[in-house]
Amino acid sequence: MASVTEDIVIVGAGECGARAAMALREQGARGTITLVGDESLEPYERPPLSKAALTDDREPSPVTVCDRARFAHLDIAFERGVAATMLDRTAHDLVLADGRRLHYDKALIATGARARVLPVAGGHSILTLRTFTESVALRSRMTPGARVGVIGAGFIGLELAASAVTRGCQVTVVEIAASVMARVVPAEIAAIVEARHRDAGVDLRLGTGVEHVEHVDRPRPAQRLVLDDGTTVDCDVIVAGVGAVADSAVAAASGLTIDNGVRVDRYLRTDDPDIHAAGDCCSFPHPLYDDRRIRLEAWRNALDQAAVVARNLLGADEAFAAVPWFWTDQYELGLHIAGLPDAAVTNVVRVRADGATLLFGLGADGRLVAASGVAQGTAIAKDIRIAEMLIAQRTLPDPSALTNPAVTLKSLLV
Amino acid sequence: MATWIEACGADDVDAEDVIPFEHDGHPYAIYRSPADDYHATDGWCTHEQTLLKDGLVMGHIIECPKHNGRFDYRTGEGKGAPICVNLRTYPVKLEGGTLYIDVD
Ligand SMILES: Cc1cc2nc3c(=O)[nH]c(=O)nc-3n(C[C@H](O)[C@H](O)[C@H](O)COP(=O)(O)OP(=O)(O)OC[C@H]3O[C@@H](n4cnc5c(N)ncnc54)[C@H](O)[C@@H]3O)c2cc1C
Ligand code: FES
Repeated sequence: MASVTEDIVIVGAGECGARAAMALREQGARGTITLVGDESLEPYERPPLSKAALTDDREPSPVTVCDRARFAHLDIAFERGVAATMLDRTAHDLVLADGRRLHYDKALIATGARARVLPVAGGHSILTLRTFTESVALRSRMTPGARVGVIGAGFIGLELAASAVTRGCQVTVVEIAASVMARVVPAEIAAIVEARHRDAGVDLRLGTGVEHVEHVDRPRPAQRLVLDDGTTVDCDVIVAGVGAVADSAVAAASGLTIDNGVRVDRYLRTDDPDIHAAGDCCSFPHPLYDDRRIRLEAWRNALDQAAVVARNLLGADEAFAAVPWFWTDQYELGLHIAGLPDAAVTNVVRVRADGATLLFGLGADGRLVAASGVAQGTAIAKDIRIAEMLIAQRTLPDPSALTNPAVTLKSLLV
Repeated sequence: MATWIEACGADDVDAEDVIPFEHDGHPYAIYRSPADDYHATDGWCTHEQTLLKDGLVMGHIIECPKHNGRFDYRTGEGKGAPICVNLRTYPVKLEGGTLYIDVD
């Protein structure tokens, strides 16, 4: 039986691990809390790395989730710059790469995800973006006039493209799918974002992959992207945004089940009752989607799971059921998504008086399962937030009410 | 010394909603509660640089449109992650259908 006096270790000091450590104390944990992170910085926010950290005029500094003073105040031990190797489940020890062992009663794995590396010949010079250091390196290469090649037109790739344009770079985006953000965003919304990029002068090469990368000296020294369709793009810097893979190395070394990341149940527990996992690294069954197993790479999910897993580590049995929610900023546009668009069988569109477009996804039973929209800044946020509540309430809205902008979404809440 | 500034008409803001107001280059947010009382806070969220005007009002809570940080707009009290700093509030008064805020 869990109790508030147990000793807890957290592996991974990112968004989720750091938030969980703070939440544990706020929930009354009285045992030791040790947060182990392999990065040398205090836990920081990743979303700005592809946005403000690249575009701001002043040199970026990390936006911290929790600083040293707060850790001290909350009596959280922070072991930074050291990797954990495995959880010795028999001894109940966390083994660190420097040989130390930390005893635990309960452990949380929050090791996040790593940027996928593109397996192409000559690709060793391709940059990726997951850490603050990588963002700083990229920024120094995004000088005005620089030829920037972005591989992948997912969220990160497109945010990078928008940031590079803002910095005065000449940007080409190469994407193997036929449209941008094809995996997760409904076509109507993707088309708006795609048009904005073309407007900004981005050279979008859709439906073609990268064959290989070579160094050329003529006409100017460049990293040349040779594409599947035979065309080439000469670049000063190439960055890939081709997705991320769950970091499940510690879980795997500890003998836990891996299934698109660390496999957890609805309480965010692994198959060892003393070990939980949360954030980008775990896959979990979602009760709003027939317990379909999903893994999210989303900021709010890391926060929401941190709060629930903290309570469960202290003995609660709270099923995680938050509606998935994601946002991305590109240029002046803010795109927000609630729910799982791919769970929809039909979509209905609402065009607001201000021209903003919202798309509602309905499941086979007519239930609202997703909503997405794009508008200037945060103008779409409120509607998506209300849609999120409608999704959580499992509402069966009248499609004509959804399409009619005269009907306020708030009035559909039960 | 109070500095009362005319902000808006009482009907310019719907019940359980928020509107923006700017004075001297400083943004404010003006709220009308479900019970029709009025409140005012700073316009910026305390987490990052986001204006609260596009946020959702539910009861006495304003939720930031960026990362859903929440505040009680009557007291400015932050309601958990990612908010660590409370929101500044300002006195308001209603006179003859016009709302004034004390920006001091
Ligand atoms: C550039 C970028 C932009 C983003 N923009 C958005 C956005 O606009 N909207 C949105 O919703 N989400 C966005 N995200 C996603 C969001 O940042 C993540 O969902 C969130 O960071 C996940 O938190 P996490 O703690 O699970 O993982 P992470 O933040 O990745 O933290 C995991 C930590 O664990 C460490 N670690 C791993 N293995 C070990 C080990 N063996 N020992 C010790 N430490 C270890 C890692 O180094 C890392 O520090 C963005 C991500 C990136 C990279
Ligand atoms: S900017 Fe308001 S919650 Fe982040």
